[in-house]
Amino acid sequence: MKTLSNPLLLISHAHHGYAFNKVGRAGLAVIIFWGLIAIFGPLIEPYPPGQIASYDIFTPVSAEHWMGLDYLGHDVFSRVLMGARYTVGIALASVFLACTGGVILGMIAAVAGGLFDMILSRLLDAFNGIPSLLFGLVAVAAVGSSIPVLVLTLAAIYLPGSYRFARALAVNVNTMDFVTVARARGEKTPYLILREIFPNILGPVLADLGLRFVFIVLVLSGLSFLGLGVQPPNADWGALVRENVEGLSLGAPAIIFPCIAIASLTISVNLFIDNLPTKIRDRS
Amino acid sequence: MKELSQTDPLVRVRDLKIGATTDSGRSVEIIKGVSFDIAPGEIVALIGESGSGKTTIALSMMGHARTGCEIRGGEIEIAGRDVAQMSERARAALRGVDVSYVPQSAAAAFNPSKRILDQVIEISAIHKLMPKAKAEAKAVELFRALKLPDPDTIGSRFPHQVSGGQLQRLAAAMALIGDPKLVIFDEPTTALDVTTQIEVLRAFRSVMELGNIAGIYVSHDLAVVAQIADRIVVLKGGEIQEVGETQMILDAPEHPYTKELLAAFEPVRHEALPISARAEKTPILKVQNLWAGYGPKRNGEPMAKVLRNIDFSLMEGRNLGVIGESGSGKSTLARAIAGILPAYRGDVLIDGHQMPPELAKRRKEDLRQTQIVFQLADTALNPAQSIGAILSRPLAFYHGMKGAQAETRVIELLDMVRLPATLRYRLPGELSGGQKQRVNLARALAAEPRLILCDEITSALDTVVGAAVIELMKELQRELKLSYLFISHDLSTVEAICDDVLVMYKGEVVERMAADKMASDATHPYSRLLISSVPKLDPGWLDGLEQDPELIARFANR
Repeated sequence: MKTLSNPLLLISHAHHGYAFNKVGRAGLAVIIFWGLIAIFGPLIEPYPPGQIASYDIFTPVSAEHWMGLDYLGHDVFSRVLMGARYTVGIALASVFLACTGGVILGMIAAVAGGLFDMILSRLLDAFNGIPSLLFGLVAVAAVGSSIPVLVLTLAAIYLPGSYRFARALAVNVNTMDFVTVARARGEKTPYLILREIFPNILGPVLADLGLRFVFIVLVLSGLSFLGLGVQPPNADWGALVRENVEGLSLGAPAIIFPCIAIASLTISVNLFIDNLPTKIRDRS
Repeated sequence: MKELSQTDPLVRVRDLKIGATTDSGRSVEIIKGVSFDIAPGEIVALIGESGSGKTTIALSMMGHARTGCEIRGGEIEIAGRDVAQMSERARAALRGVDVSYVPQSAAAAFNPSKRILDQVIEISAIHKLMPKAKAEAKAVELFRALKLPDPDTIGSRFPHQVSGGQLQRLAAAMALIGDPKLVIFDEPTTALDVTTQIEVLRAFRSVMELGNIAGIYVSHDLAVVAQIADRIVVLKGGEIQEVGETQMILDAPEHPYTKELLAAFEPVRHEALPISARAEKTPILKVQNLWAGYGPKRNGEPMAKVLRNIDFSLMEGRNLGVIGESGSGKSTLARAIAGILPAYRGDVLIDGHQMPPELAKRRKEDLRQTQIVFQLADTALNPAQSIGAILSRPLAFYHGMKGAQAETRVIELLDMVRLPATLRYRLPGELSGGQKQRVNLARALAAEPRLILCDEITSALDTVVGAAVIELMKELQRELKLSYLFISHDLSTVEAICDDVLVMYKGEVVERMAADKMASDATHPYSRLLISSVPKLDPGWLDGLEQDPELIARFANR
């Protein structure tokens, strides 16, 4: 604000800034932490992830092996660092693809309406009817497991839900007078969806993105658990849990730490999304 | 509880203070020390603009403060007991029995999935006042007293099966079932059509007189208040500006704000602009045999036909009013002209050029010439865009203006509608209703149109604010040579700005006449009914009003 001719403005703008509560900050901190690990993890890992560090298995936490050893004697700490790259990377890429595609299609369907909306909605509904893990299994088994295939499969599984959600929100915004005004002005669909509708559905869409991210991490872990996810010697966190499932009865840290990693990432993504920074705007 | 003597007031409010805390933790005072009395059987009106605190005060009579607000001080004595100091449990025992409430929108206050009678007698069940059969009998008595049709059976219907005016009276029955000493009416007739309003006001007044019940009547409409209230309290900014007997306030207002309120009722008559020397032969807007409707089409005709054979023309520089009640097709007419709802038969000619019915087929230049302004400024402005962005878009879209040039023009536009330039950094949610409507108007002006379709643009505004917007529109017309198609249900507003008036009824134009001679020239019976139903600033108006019952039966949807 350059000039403050109106004294009321002075009062209302004095409080401007962003409010970001502690829970949200904590969530963001954990996400950033895992993001950094995904990028720089390989630089700090004490052992290459495929190397058998010792012939002991399922050992407890020690100074040498911070998270113990797994079922083959791999260093679990190194493997968790390596897994971050796959879990965070694949899940983030898939969730962005799924939500971007779903939200754009949903907004177009809401604005265009008519036959386009009907056909697209029924198609995606039918697609939604296929159980997600089953679809993943068939797709990955048919094409073979690679990271692009995993990303695209996961995105395809979660796109219809995102589409439904965004379409429902966009239909409501589409009936508002300001959209009618823009239409009467002669605006075309891209402007309508990007400038008039999208900013007004952004909040719920982000919340949905957070939830979908968690589902994707879980399905990816599920696929890895079944042996169709990331292939050995690499592994995502879900695969680490699967590998070491026998250690469960021994209370081995090899299974506990990957679980903690999955839980901390998914929970903090949701904490962050639910507590996004909000601009303080004070009506006076 | 001490016994009340005849002279004691029923309600005694002293130095009432209500405040709220904003999102950023700043404390705001909403009601700043208000004191007044209400005698038993007296109806006191709280009048003022939106934000003046009238509803907040009325709700505090039940010890209720809306979310985020709290009663911070003062006394609210109802029949000798201080509601402000009561526990929430004691307040709950008071509500519905001593003090009850009639909401603005009865349609939103009734549960759509329960029968009316069960909802009306709910209070007697909650407070265990009487057995169910007795409560039902009493409810039917009240229905009869409120002049509802079929009082014996109307209770067995669902809320969507009765009309708006009937539902509002049923809401009053719900409030009266517990024999309250005080009833709070929160703008109960604001959402009703004028012909319906009369019957509802009459019904309210007769039951209140019959039961000698005191009332608080919250409204922004002085003429309505004049018909029902004994005394008027004028509020502004959470403070009492003036208190007086109804007749006194109307005849000899003292406070400048009261004078302003009254002045807004006496519109400055519109004077037609001299038509330019070149004596336009082609009207700016010509509508010929226009038919439009909603719903799936069969044989090229939609299922619900709303507009039937509309025919009129508007000369450049003139203003045409369109009046009629809800459902008469006024807004649909504006939408059909703008192309938002394509007409399926008939022609729209703007400046002699035939417009294709569909929006998508119209040329940008044609769209630019006709702009539409909607009733609800809240929903007509994108809440996610700043005022500057909202106003820049038509500049970029129609005129290709960008950057500093666009910014200068935005400031000019804001100045045209008498808003400060700094407002362009704000979001619509940070503006008042009147400011939003001005921004709405500025957006239409940004296109540099020749015709503006105004759909009830002052209806959601306070009287004084609405009058200021009308004055602004007149000024803009003089400066920019605009023409307005002005849709409204408020006849005095139409009188203030229009040269001619179309009366619409059930999708047809029943009459066209000069705006300043509406009262004398109207010949169609529906126009006469409509015009005679508009409340006047005279406490005796409702008593003296005589309408032909046959006309009412034919035209009013009570």
